[in-house]
Amino acid sequence: MKTMLRLSVNGKPREDAVAENALLIDYLRDALALTGTKQGCDGGECGACTVLVDGQPRLACSTLAHSVAGREVETVESLSQEGNISRLQRSFHENLGAQCGFCTPGMIMAAEALLRVNPKPDRDQIRAALAGNLCRCTGYVKIVDSVEAACGREHAL
Amino acid sequence: MNALPEFHYLRPATAADAVRMHAASPASHYIAGGTDLMPNLRRGLVTIGAAIDLGGVKELGEIVEQGNTLRIGSGVSLAQIAAHPVVQARLPAVAQAALGVAGPTHRAAATLGGNLCLDTRCNYYNQSEAWRAGNNYCMKRDGEGCRVAKKSKRCYAAFSGDVAPALIALGAEVEILGTEGVRRQPLLELYRDDGMKWLTLAPGELLVAVQVSLDDAWVSAYEKVRMRGAIDFPLAGVAVALRREKGVLTGLRIACTGVASQPIAIDGLDAVLGRPLDAAALATISEQADLANRSMKTTLVDALYRRGVSLVLAKRLTQRLWDAAV
Repeated sequence: MKTMLRLSVNGKPREDAVAENALLIDYLRDALALTGTKQGCDGGECGACTVLVDGQPRLACSTLAHSVAGREVETVESLSQEGNISRLQRSFHENLGAQCGFCTPGMIMAAEALLRVNPKPDRDQIRAALAGNLCRCTGYVKIVDSVEAACGREHAL
Repeated sequence: MNALPEFHYLRPATAADAVRMHAASPASHYIAGGTDLMPNLRRGLVTIGAAIDLGGVKELGEIVEQGNTLRIGSGVSLAQIAAHPVVQARLPAVAQAALGVAGPTHRAAATLGGNLCLDTRCNYYNQSEAWRAGNNYCMKRDGEGCRVAKKSKRCYAAFSGDVAPALIALGAEVEILGTEGVRRQPLLELYRDDGMKWLTLAPGELLVAVQVSLDDAWVSAYEKVRMRGAIDFPLAGVAVALRREKGVLTGLRIACTGVASQPIAIDGLDAVLGRPLDAAALATISEQADLANRSMKTTLVDALYRRGVSLVLAKRLTQRLWDAAV
């Protein structure tokens, strides 16, 4: 049965009729067409569905939509401003942090959460923050490089 | 993986309301972080009529220092526990265990209560519907018999929570709320060695909080062995709490996870007390840990390896704590 869900998604307040058993990822992708958030494993093992809930990284595939009522949800779509990609997105692009790109939104959201609380993380801290995100292409070195390189940037390019 | 089955979503504001809601619809299931329950629901391992979301129950989300006791609400996230200064400084085994669970994204959502009540795990259970159908299911869900021990009448799925052994080694107690009120008991008594009914909670009872004493005479540590460095359950995990006074071992408690259907406390350790830790004492510790170990082939890794590695961890952590506690 659908009930009303009030929350903020990417800075905009929303009110939608959402099924009681809907997962956050299905609400974001199917109801709001925010398909940047990826379904990888569906079991909480890969991190491709990572979004921010009140600034904390959360797995949208194992979170009930109604459990984030009243909270602030941010997806990868929120990062670009007026057509300009964010410093992290730019850094992944320039440092070859993305290959097939499927894990990239989750990687970037997990890294975004890290940089908000720790603007100058060392490589171990970056690896620890991304420990829940799987990549089958890059071997992770370029991803850690990308996050590290983004730390020096003040603004989106 | 399948879509979620139909169920109602309930969001109580107090623990008492949660227990009342459960009593009103017995097929319901408490949910907090959902990091284990959600995948299990999608794999058809659990059936629920309603999800009672504990996320809105503020009283479950507090860590309070009361004199010499730390009371940790069952709704506190593992990330909060791992980062809490009192836990880090005075209950290091608990901080290490919480930090060892899954990955950072899970720990931000997963709660203490969820980790303590974690469903038991087995290679023949934590699989998709299609996989289990192809293997004719098992007694823990939808089928008959045990795939791990063919002639067994019981289920050997392994308890794999990381935080329980740390808290058991530190002598923690749990507060449990039911329709009759609150009761307290040692954490170890929350469990029984049965993969299908591993908790002693009555239907609808809610784990509210854990109380653990802050006794700085005791030092502690937790270590686990797993396949991957992150997002993995323990093949074996060991917690040790130790007291060293004037060059003599005066207290030793060791608890293990991943090696039985419940977390186990190692018996027979009194024999090594009253003297310094030496090779003979470590041999006794290893023997006692071996006696208590009930590893079965519930993971892809051999049970004998998990047994062996748990003994090594028990000895290594004991030695390390002894050396550091001069």
